[in-house]
Amino acid sequence: MPELEGMFGPEVEEEETPGRRDFFTQIGVGACAVVAVASGIVTLDYLEPKVLFEPSTTYVAGSPLDFAPGVVVPNQEKKAFVIGAANGIYALSAVCTHLGCITRYKSDESAIACPCHGSRFDLEGNVTHGPAPRPLPWLDVSQDANGNLVVDTGIVIARGKVFRP
Amino acid sequence: MTVGEWVRNTSVYRSVIRHGIAPTNRNRSLIIFENLFLHVHPVKVREKTLRFTHTFWLGGITLASTIILVATGILLMFYYHPSVPQAYRDMKELQYVVDNGVFLRNLHRWSAHLMVFSAFLHMLRVFYHRAYRPPRQFNWVVGVVLLLLTLLLSYTGYLLPWDQLAFWGVSVGTNMAKQAPLVGERVRFFLLGGNIVSENALLRFYVLHCVVLPVALLLLISVHIWRVRKDGGVQGPPDDERRSL
Repeated sequence: MPELEGMFGPEVEEEETPGRRDFFTQIGVGACAVVAVASGIVTLDYLEPKVLFEPSTTYVAGSPLDFAPGVVVPNQEKKAFVIGAANGIYALSAVCTHLGCITRYKSDESAIACPCHGSRFDLEGNVTHGPAPRPLPWLDVSQDANGNLVVDTGIVIARGKVFRP
Repeated sequence: MTVGEWVRNTSVYRSVIRHGIAPTNRNRSLIIFENLFLHVHPVKVREKTLRFTHTFWLGGITLASTIILVATGILLMFYYHPSVPQAYRDMKELQYVVDNGVFLRNLHRWSAHLMVFSAFLHMLRVFYHRAYRPPRQFNWVVGVVLLLLTLLLSYTGYLLPWDQLAFWGVSVGTNMAKQAPLVGERVRFFLLGGNIVSENALLRFYVLHCVVLPVALLLLISVHIWRVRKDGGVQGPPDDERRSL
């Protein structure tokens, strides 16, 4: 646009070395960038709830002495089984891996069965009959100060990791 | 002097609308230029671009359903509390107690379906008319983001009735988000505001559905329509000679 030539003072050749103006521009842009990143982090931190009013995922399952090999104790509310094995005690999720129904323990067949679509699991949670796509997860078992078993349905552990009291 | 003429001569009217009603080209241009809502449109359009078969009015249908959704959505908000179990009761109250509540709720629902449907058809129309090509390639991208926002709006609205469909829909959806590598667990936690689909999740989806996503949508719709003008108006079917290439 030739008519604008000279309107903003004489043309200045691009300087080789950065001048004071470039320095302040960089400081300004840099400060804005720092503030933008920092407010992003602060906002993300704000959006993360610090206290959750959710039902507890843990429950006390009783004394380890109650779980002789072959004993299966379901907990309807917490949706878990605590099972006594030859070498210890373990807990299984009772939530069917198909569509989330609550499975039942069949003592006469020593199997776990889902009433909704007929999935069946053995006592280690392995699928013996579909349509469940995955085995039942193993849940964390620990002991509290009184020596009682504590099951955490929120923590899935490696399969076969039996708790030894 | 008719009443209309008298109104148009008052100083109040002249301060709001400066142009007259003379049927001159200059005045017609001013009508477009001087109106915030019209200025995204070109001053002149070719008559054939207004024909139904040119674009099937699909973008317009999508925009119209958006406007219906904003209007009905605001009205629904007057009766809805995003809390458990009040949300479900409010939904039932709207259906069975509030005058015209069931009409507004159904209008909101069916407009949402129409919006998704017409947005898809609009996208297909643009694709088959090769209207995504330069100089319109950026507007295609804006359109893809708009489609994404439309789907997110549908999905976040799905939770709000707090019925079985809503609860399981969101359970499944957020479990899908959990499968994303590395960040999946965190994304689900942030979406739900916790580990389970509960109060926090309902409130978060409500804020997304009623504030965050609609604001983003309206902003991008403005860019989208403004770009149509800047890119030379709507493009209908390609010319015959171009088709023969």
